[in-house]
Amino acid sequence: MRKIEIVQNIMEANDSIAARNQGLLDKHGVFAINIMSSPGAGKTSLILQTIAKLKNKLSIAVIEGDVASTIDAEKIESHAAAVVQINTRNMPESCSLIANMIDCALKNLPLGNIELLLIENVGNLICPSEFALGEHKRVVISSLPEGDDKPIKYPMIFADADAVVINKLDLLPYVDFDIPAFRHTVEGLNPRAKFFEVSCKTGTGIEDWCAWLSDEIENHTHKIMNKGG
Amino acid sequence: MHELGITQSIVNIALDKAKEAQASKIVQINLVAGELVGFVPECIQFYFDILSKDTIAQEASLIFTPAPAQLRCRNCSTTFHLQDTLWSCPKCHSQSVEIIGGRELYVESMEVE
Repeated sequence: MRKIEIVQNIMEANDSIAARNQGLLDKHGVFAINIMSSPGAGKTSLILQTIAKLKNKLSIAVIEGDVASTIDAEKIESHAAAVVQINTRNMPESCSLIANMIDCALKNLPLGNIELLLIENVGNLICPSEFALGEHKRVVISSLPEGDDKPIKYPMIFADADAVVINKLDLLPYVDFDIPAFRHTVEGLNPRAKFFEVSCKTGTGIEDWCAWLSDEIENHTHKIMNKGG
Repeated sequence: MHELGITQSIVNIALDKAKEAQASKIVQINLVAGELVGFVPECIQFYFDILSKDTIAQEASLIFTPAPAQLRCRNCSTTFHLQDTLWSCPKCHSQSVEIIGGRELYVESMEVE
């Protein structure tokens, strides 16, 4: 018997497809965000609000990830430029989107006509944090009824987020969610995360969120153009 | 249930490296899994037994070495290990901490014949 030294990252297979996805998106000038949260926190609602606010300025496509059903894709279909629904039920990873699924979805999107791609991950605070998809920014939504302890219980997803959206602000009078305490915990794990306090129901805070997103798209476009030129 | 894809990657890495080394049997695969990585070793072994069937990795044992969750305080720079779920510095009690270890997941080595 002999020993072979290897030292090879197991995530490499996923990460290299994610890098390829990002290269393809950059080639077509598509800015992609990966939207993650627990089920019911408001991923689809935030997508609908974002499209409503930005669709006159940007061409927006959506990738919907769910274990089963096309409910979310149907909700979005008439609003977005294009929608692809991924059902993860029979896939090796049913609890999260992985880079390979995005690779397939991108083949079904008119990338040349899209400026913003919103990827709605499977509702889950654990698994999606492990898999890069090729996105440019990661967004985590926490909604008030879930409680303010989620960053303590699921730290990794918050540690990697570029933006944290606190949703269902309209429910603040009815629930015990300590927003400063929540923000303090996330800031401890991740000082670079941007916070947005919104209500997708009333539209509160959506403007700020969309302004940030527009700025990020612009910054990224400049970066890509400078690189290319 | 995301261990299946990960396990497939482990099997692929192991079979590739065994082929390179012209090995005829993989006896043991040594893996390093960070404490902050959300994968369950028992689950990986379960899938491994199915995926490695009829390959030279069949019946190989997977040995996991945990890599500790290492944190560094952004306030006083103390380096410490995560105790339970307490994400605060043992020295100055600051909750501003940086993750510096415990997210790795790799195949370290294997024993072959």
